[in-house]
Formats: sequence, structure tokens, C-alpha cells
Amino acid sequence: MIISVASGKGGTGKTTVAVNLALSLKNIQFIDCDVEEPNAHIFLKPRIAGEKKANIPVPEVDEAKCTYCGKCREVCAYHAIAVLPGSDGKKGSVLIFPHLCHGCGACSLLCPQGAIKEVNKEIGAIEIGEKGNMQFIHGRLNIGEAMSPPLIRQVKEYINSTRTVIIDAPPGTSCPVITAVKESDFCMLVTEPTPFGLNDLILAVEVLRKLQIPFGVVINRSDIGDGKVEDYCANEHIPVLMKIPFSREIAVSYSEGVPIVEKDASYQDKFINLYLNICGIKNEANSRH
Amino acid sequence: MKQIAVISGKGGTGKTVVTGSFAALAKNKVMVDCDVDAADLHLLLHPEVKERHEFRSGQTAVIDKKLCKKCGKCASVCRFGAIKSDYTIERFSCEGCALCSHICPRGAIRMEENVAGEWFVSDTQYGPFVHAKLGIAEENSGKLVAKIRQIAKELAQKQNLEYVIIDGPPGIGCPVIASLSGVDCALVVTEPTLSGLHDAKRVMEVVTYFNIPIKLVVNKYDLNPLMTGKIEEFCRSLNVPVIGKIAFDKTVVKALVEGTTVIEYAECAASNEVKKIWEDLQ
Repeated sequence: MIISVASGKGGTGKTTVAVNLALSLKNIQFIDCDVEEPNAHIFLKPRIAGEKKANIPVPEVDEAKCTYCGKCREVCAYHAIAVLPGSDGKKGSVLIFPHLCHGCGACSLLCPQGAIKEVNKEIGAIEIGEKGNMQFIHGRLNIGEAMSPPLIRQVKEYINSTRTVIIDAPPGTSCPVITAVKESDFCMLVTEPTPFGLNDLILAVEVLRKLQIPFGVVINRSDIGDGKVEDYCANEHIPVLMKIPFSREIAVSYSEGVPIVEKDASYQDKFINLYLNICGIKNEANSRH
Repeated sequence: MKQIAVISGKGGTGKTVVTGSFAALAKNKVMVDCDVDAADLHLLLHPEVKERHEFRSGQTAVIDKKLCKKCGKCASVCRFGAIKSDYTIERFSCEGCALCSHICPRGAIRMEENVAGEWFVSDTQYGPFVHAKLGIAEENSGKLVAKIRQIAKELAQKQNLEYVIIDGPPGIGCPVIASLSGVDCALVVTEPTLSGLHDAKRVMEVVTYFNIPIKLVVNKYDLNPLMTGKIEEFCRSLNVPVIGKIAFDKTVVKALVEGTTVIEYAECAASNEVKKIWEDLQ
């Protein structure tokens, strides 16, 4: 089963829930898809065994073959190519803007002269490791790189579905989140009981409904703020899977990179229950179909 | 006119609480919420929407079932796995590159423009506010950010406003880069946790990459004074001024629940510190 952990709002406790759930179960593969700001490694402290560069293909023009016809510029949907035609016997030129390129391959495939080949551009790295029996994988986007979805896709190629896979997703509701949670069997939305938490939870719920992924909610710092998140979940028939009250002790151990279950072993049962809760909802859904 | 972007790397460190307080403190400014896929600033500013515009951006492929002969050419060239086995388009995977439409031998694929969101110009009791809502599961958040920043800048020039104050998104990717381009100062709000420091370091590298001056604020600094010390030490090594340390204060959450800024809600340690931070930014 692939379980992803997401939230509209950042900083609600996605990584906390993902890491502690992973540490409470057996046969886990942990995948941190928040490639812009990966944090799970801070808590899991995995032994990293290998690193692989993540690349996307970007065009390179062979100016000996290029006739400056402009076809590549015309087909590039991302305005990543500019062509200056030659004039008065002067040679033209082709400018490539790699940071705009999505690596779709249209220019190289459609160039009438076969003058464009693709070369690798590094956008980040994927690190693979382990923590005890747990497999650990995360991606790290290079600084200044705008597009995280290609890296997230490459990280997800490592999914091993013979294990229980836990995916830590980035915050938000746009393409990086979609790429991370797509194809999950279940998604946990972590929120906090404040107007910001509720507002962004509603957006995240819309995303999951659109993607048709079954989901439930974990309310973190459940005793601060107000009761509107719970009211919303009740009205929308969204299961509240777990509530984690605010504790200064948990907050401090979080700040030091110590998972809750290592501070307070009683939490292990609570996270196992969270997992059983998810399995129960999945089984119920399967038996209905 | 001075443009200030509030960013953090890590989410949930208090960007919007700080930005919202600036709304109550600063005179002559336009506020902009650039966290377009999970916007929250409107919950504090209570905008009255004056203008509403569609944001059209990007395209999605559509296969005409009558013309399609299921030859498989499109699926063989699509790198985003967007062509399903029944020759329909997986909307959330399609990146709108249009390669399939160029390659289809029967011309059965056309591209349709996406309505990827909406943007608004609003009035608030704090002055003008430009904000947006990215459509659910849409892309091109960076372009939407660039759009509302351009609108805010024009508005500031027209009305002779002194500041454009930007609430930025978390992360380091395209909407963050779009929020930062051309600003006069980036204010990084972080928290005294290993994650907060790790993420602040990465986002500060991005800011430095674009040659933008940085100032930093540690929120909830007293949750871990030791970690706060490490953050300050790190900032010293980069010559980044730490212009404020906000104590953990439940009043901040209470103000939030009431839908108001901490400045207006109560005089407390947090509100006094934010006032000091705003003075420094001026």
C-alpha cells in the first residue's frame, strides 16, 4: 500500500506524522518527495548508501546542421528557444533557456534537419539509504532550479510496492503536490485547528477528490485554535484519523530532530492505530466496490 | 517604492502572521499574497473584491475520438505519461507541450487553453490588496505570481505607494523564485528547529543566488534557545542581520482564530517585537 502524507498549509506536521508512522511499522519504504525542502532525513538519520544525479533532457543545437528555420521555437510550448535568422551573409543563432525547458522532446523530434540532440541538465540528486530495516529515499532539488515535478517523478521511480510505502509530500495544492500524491492508495492530510489550517485543508480536500484518492485527516496541535476543522470534517464525512495535542515537550524534541516515538514510546501504539484506521477505511472502500 | 518579500523555505513558520502584522503597521503600501496555491492572508485582511480576472495559462491536449485511429504514436512520444490506454488524456499529467498534437498523423489532437486560476484586486481597511487563487490541481503558479506582482507594482506606481509587501510561498521552487525576482529585500521567517534551519539555509542560498539582500526573523525563538543561537551564528557567518526574535505566544493563535492581526488584537510580547521588526525594515 502507498500512503502519502500531504497538507495544503505548510508546517502542520506532515513530516512528523510520516516519520513517526514509519518508525512504528515494519517493512517500510520511506520516500521524501518534498524535494524543495526535504526534512525527513533530519529525524530518521538514515545511512545514505548511494547518490544518483537527477537530470532532465534539454536541447543542444548542432549549428552546422541548423538552417535557423525557427521550427523549434514554434513548437516549444514553454518559450525556451529563441531563433535569430541569419541575414546579409551573417550566420543566425539559436538561444536555449534551459530553466524554462520541460524536457518534452518536441524540438529535437520535430527539427526538420535533425540538428537538435538532447543533453542532460542536472536538476538535483536522489539519495538512497536505510534506517534499520526501513528503506529511505529522498530527492534534493538544486538551488535556483524552478521545477520540482521532474525530480519528484524520478524519486517515485524507486517505489517498491512489496513494502508499505510512505510518501512525504510538499505543501500546497499545485503541481509538486499532485505529482507526489498521484497513484497513492491513501492520503493523510495533516492540518491544525486554525483558520489557516482549515482554509488550506479545504483546498487539499478538493485536490484529493479531483484525483479520486481516498483520504483522512490528522489534526496536529489539536487543542489550540478552535473546533471548526472538526466541524468541517464531520459535515463532509471525512474521517479524523488521529489527533495530536500540543505539547511543549514534543515541540522541543521536534526542534532537535527527535521523533515523538523516540521521546514517548506510548505514541508507537497511537501510530499503529493510525495505520489500522487507514487499513480499515481502505477495506471498507474495497468491499463496497 | 520598495518591494519586500516574506519567505521561509519551511512552511508554517509564521510568514503570514508577520506579513499580516505589516499590513496593520505600514502606511502607503499594497499587500500581495503570492502563496497562490494555499493563500491565507485574506483571512486576516478581509478583502472586498473590486476586480476579478481569469488567469489563463498553459494548455491541455484533447483527443478527438472520431479522428483517432489508436495508432499509439502520441503515447510513444509523450514523456509525461499523459496518454491513457483508452486514448484519453490524463489531465493532471499533461504538461501542455503539444508534442502529441504535432506528431499525430491524423490531426486528431488539439490543445485547449487552461483557465488555471483567478486573480483579484481588492480593498481592505489596510489599503489595496492583490491576491489570487490557483485552480485546484493546476500548474503555472510561478506565472500567476509574476502576474499579480506586476499588477501590484503598477498599482503602487500609480498611487505613489511606498511599499509592495509580499507574502511568499514555502519551498524554493518556481513560485518562490517568481516572488523574489526584483525585490529590494527578502525577509526570511524561520523557527528554531533543525528543519527550520535546514530550510532557511536552502532558501537563503536561493535569495543569494539572485543577489537580493536578506534579513531574518526567528519566530517562536524561545522554544529552543540553543537552536536560535545556532541560527544567529549561521546568520553572522553570512552577514545576514537577525532583526527580530518573536517569542512563542498563544495570543498569536487567538488573534488568528479571531481573524485579525496580532497588532490589533492585543499588546503583547509578539506584537511589540513585530513592531520593532517593521521599524527595522523601514
